[in-house]
Amino acid sequence: MSYIVKPRFHHPQLQKNDLGYTRRDYEGTLTTLCGGCGHDSISAAIIHAVHEMSLAPHQLAKVSGIGCSSKIPSYFLERSHGFNSVHGRMPSIATGANLANRELYYLGISGDGDTASIGLGQFCHIVRRRINMLYIVANNGTYGLTKGQLSATADLGSKTKSGEESQYDNIDLVSLAIDLGASFVARSFSGDKEQLVPLIQAGLSHRGFALIDVISPCVTFNNTPLSAHGYKNTWENNVVLSEIDFVPMRKEITARYSAGKDKEITLHDGSVIHLHKTGSGYDPGNRENALLHVNEYKKQGRIATGLLYINQDQSDFHELADTVNKPFNRLNEHDLCPGGEVLADINETFM
Amino acid sequence: MSRGKRAAGGRTGKTRKTAGVNNFVVKFANVNGSGSASANNLFAKAIFRMGIPVSPHNIFPSNIQGLPTWYEVRVNDKGFLGRREGVDLMVAVNEQTIVRDIESVVPDGYVLYDSSKALRPIRKDVNFLPIPLKDICLREFQHPGQRQLFQNIVYVGALATLLDIDFGILTGMISEQFRGKEKLILPNVHALELGYHYARDHFDCPLPIRLRPSRKARGKILMDGNTAIGLGCVYGGATVASWYPLTPSTSVVEAYGKYCKRLRIDPGTGKRKFAIVQAEDELAAIGIAIGAGWNGARAFTASSGPGVSLMQEFLGLAYFAEVPVVLFNIQRVGPSTGMPTRTQQGDLLSCAFASHGDTRQVLLFPSTPKECFEFAAGSFDIADRLQTPVIVMSDLELGMNEHVCDPLEWDDTGGYDRGKVLGGEQLEQMEEYGRYLDVDGDGVPWRTLPGAHPERGSYFTRGSSHDAMAAYTEDGNVYAEVMDRLARKFAGAGKVLPEPEIQADGASRGMIYFGTTAGAIPEVQHKFAKRGVRLDTLRIRSYPFHDAVSRFIEEHEIVYVIEQNRDAQLKSLLKIDCGANDGKMRSVLNYNGVVISADQIQEAILVDLPEAPEREQASA
Ligand SMILES: Cc1ncc(C[n+]2csc(CCOP(=O)(O)OP(=O)(O)O)c2C)c(N)n1
Ligand code: SF4
Ligand SMILES: [Mg+2]
Repeated sequence: MSYIVKPRFHHPQLQKNDLGYTRRDYEGTLTTLCGGCGHDSISAAIIHAVHEMSLAPHQLAKVSGIGCSSKIPSYFLERSHGFNSVHGRMPSIATGANLANRELYYLGISGDGDTASIGLGQFCHIVRRRINMLYIVANNGTYGLTKGQLSATADLGSKTKSGEESQYDNIDLVSLAIDLGASFVARSFSGDKEQLVPLIQAGLSHRGFALIDVISPCVTFNNTPLSAHGYKNTWENNVVLSEIDFVPMRKEITARYSAGKDKEITLHDGSVIHLHKTGSGYDPGNRENALLHVNEYKKQGRIATGLLYINQDQSDFHELADTVNKPFNRLNEHDLCPGGEVLADINETFM
Repeated sequence: MSRGKRAAGGRTGKTRKTAGVNNFVVKFANVNGSGSASANNLFAKAIFRMGIPVSPHNIFPSNIQGLPTWYEVRVNDKGFLGRREGVDLMVAVNEQTIVRDIESVVPDGYVLYDSSKALRPIRKDVNFLPIPLKDICLREFQHPGQRQLFQNIVYVGALATLLDIDFGILTGMISEQFRGKEKLILPNVHALELGYHYARDHFDCPLPIRLRPSRKARGKILMDGNTAIGLGCVYGGATVASWYPLTPSTSVVEAYGKYCKRLRIDPGTGKRKFAIVQAEDELAAIGIAIGAGWNGARAFTASSGPGVSLMQEFLGLAYFAEVPVVLFNIQRVGPSTGMPTRTQQGDLLSCAFASHGDTRQVLLFPSTPKECFEFAAGSFDIADRLQTPVIVMSDLELGMNEHVCDPLEWDDTGGYDRGKVLGGEQLEQMEEYGRYLDVDGDGVPWRTLPGAHPERGSYFTRGSSHDAMAAYTEDGNVYAEVMDRLARKFAGAGKVLPEPEIQADGASRGMIYFGTTAGAIPEVQHKFAKRGVRLDTLRIRSYPFHDAVSRFIEEHEIVYVIEQNRDAQLKSLLKIDCGANDGKMRSVLNYNGVVISADQIQEAILVDLPEAPEREQASA
């Protein structure tokens, strides 16, 4: 076999979670991305998040499109089924998979090229359709895999390593998702694991469509001081609108939260988000307010991060489609086939 | 308006010998959107209910209102229901096309027209049946909508007298149609009677072309192919349908939805055991079906040329990653937007090889609504067993027109065949699992579904090159091994595919045909038999071809390949796959947007047959 086998050394963190699994049980094959690529940090955050919340890996399915970012599902959760589809079309695969089995967790991984250019249509429509999943965009403002062309999320005036400058306004996936009715929208930074991990956990637990737009620098093609999506700019201009802690369902809340400063949000599956109100007193429950803040900071060349919007009252696709609780892929001929007698009656209507 | 009776027998009192009792063609020339469709349908169905074989055809524009539309009904007691050239009775109620419509009537044929407005008699060799449809309706009905709509019902009433349609059947159908809206029954029956009485009082009825109750169509059904496919998907266990509207495929998903709402509601909870997604485009439609198929639900999409072109990339992924999915391609005239409301068998090659690289797709070719039902239901088993896309190649002719066929059947003893899927318990017993390992030597590997087992059986599905364990590889030899296995799998697909239908009697020449060409074949055979010519036939029902197809070609000196496209696509495919030598393969083609007729086939083959003495030989 041609692939490089990952060495099975003893992981420093062999702590077991509630299922008796160690971090190693959540890993994947060895990454083939450039050293320092933001996408690898996202993989690490996913492994951390899913292990910590004691989610059984086989209860989750990974789906992606094409790009450096879309490769990363190979590098985490080896015990989960994965589907690396075609460029820009992950949303349709995710939709179909979710229809077939509503009981699994779905984690979509995409890039900014994959989502904001070739796949913009599918992205908009999966948001509208309210598929219950977590959709992560590893956003580096460039097409990494095809060697550094500007992408549609590159900010006006941003420059790639080759010196190419973005002449057009960028597509902001966060505002777009909020506008189209996504019920959980966050932005984060691959370099800020503390922020990213609880957002991933909350996004997975949220019932409905959840988006996390993760600024994830491409060290090879778009990480100069003039790259809006580079480490430097992101560290310097990151404005944390809201910080969260995540407490998985069944876990006792051990930390103490001060009632005045914090807001507790209980998700449908019983897990809890603790929202630390920052100085601005930002409230992620208000859609118009969220859009206003995101745009306001954008005008100032700053990047609003954290949990930007959450709405727990929205029905997901299955509720709207009024489907049975039992996953479709477990229905058999007794559930699905009307049989010969009914067919005889149907024949009558054509006589 | 003439008060006296007209001699409806016409100048000579004779009709063409092709027409007669239970044997004629009636054509309706209407304006699209004028409500003629249901009236014309009433006419055809009433004849069918008299037990007489009938084949109605819609020839409609790509338009919602205003453009010309035709409805052609062939009645034939022998059951020859392919298209026949020539019109015996034209209901010419569209002023835009009336001149051309009258010209298309056979000598001594009939023209029923609306005499509320004077008509310049442009032909002397046909019989005119003037009825003041508009004036009658103006007089009898108050509501402007009804005044327009009932003109259609009045001419159906008149045809009932002229052709001897059982009037009780007509009124019975009206009552059925308006069950729950009883208020509408009376005015409709009144309109029928107006026409009925008008014709009785003004013409010699019935005409020489007329109807007589028969047993030929008794016990049969009259159904369109798309409805049959929709129903077949319900029976075959499809739970996910994703689609983007496109004529002539739209009614497939509509029919599926209609039957699901009746037959797929969970009795306990009232919830649905199906989901239909109207996707943003065909790329998403096929993607959704593939995602569902990957995750173990039976899923399909339905489309036509333009949509199928958009699906190419995904079809290649499903082929290479081995994901079961079903696509119904209701073909229409291409290239490009082509003639959206006309029929063609033009997507054979593009579907057989759909997507870039060395791809081969499994195709099914139904030719009746009954086969549409069976192939639709069966396609899910085939896709699951072969773990590959299955494309069911219907067309507008079959999909959107009603056809007389045997009633649909279902065998309750056989369950669904989900193919090679490993469950959690099986995985527990296994030493090693590899998604693309050919453990059985038939090229079909075992798959697992997400969630099957906590620690075993997971794999990564990808369209990039992979080894037997599903891991990414750029090793050319490993890639080639996978491609060879896929070729083996494809070559062995025949065992789960419908076999060709062969009628061989030792003739030296044969015909190969498929799909909607089938309608014309019994009549072709009949015509040839009368001339002492005999031809063996083979109807292809699936691709890859069974060995019997190569054998048939080998065993015949000349093989006519009959198809409805310009480029002889089936012939090309036969040459590629069966190594058939070009010299013996002759094409009979039709690609003008309407289904091929028996006359066309007969003429094309007759000119190719050797002179009389040899012709004897050909039939020996
Ligand atoms: C249909 C199609 N067109 C073009 C490509 C080439 N391609 C591969 S990845 C990519 C861009 C990826 O950009 P992004 O999604 O931002 O991922 P990144 O590599 O930056 O993580 C392109 C254009 C392709 N794979 N498929
Ligand atoms: S090219 Fe850029 S995005 Fe791709 S792996 Fe390298 S650093 Fe990451
Ligand atoms: Mg990118």
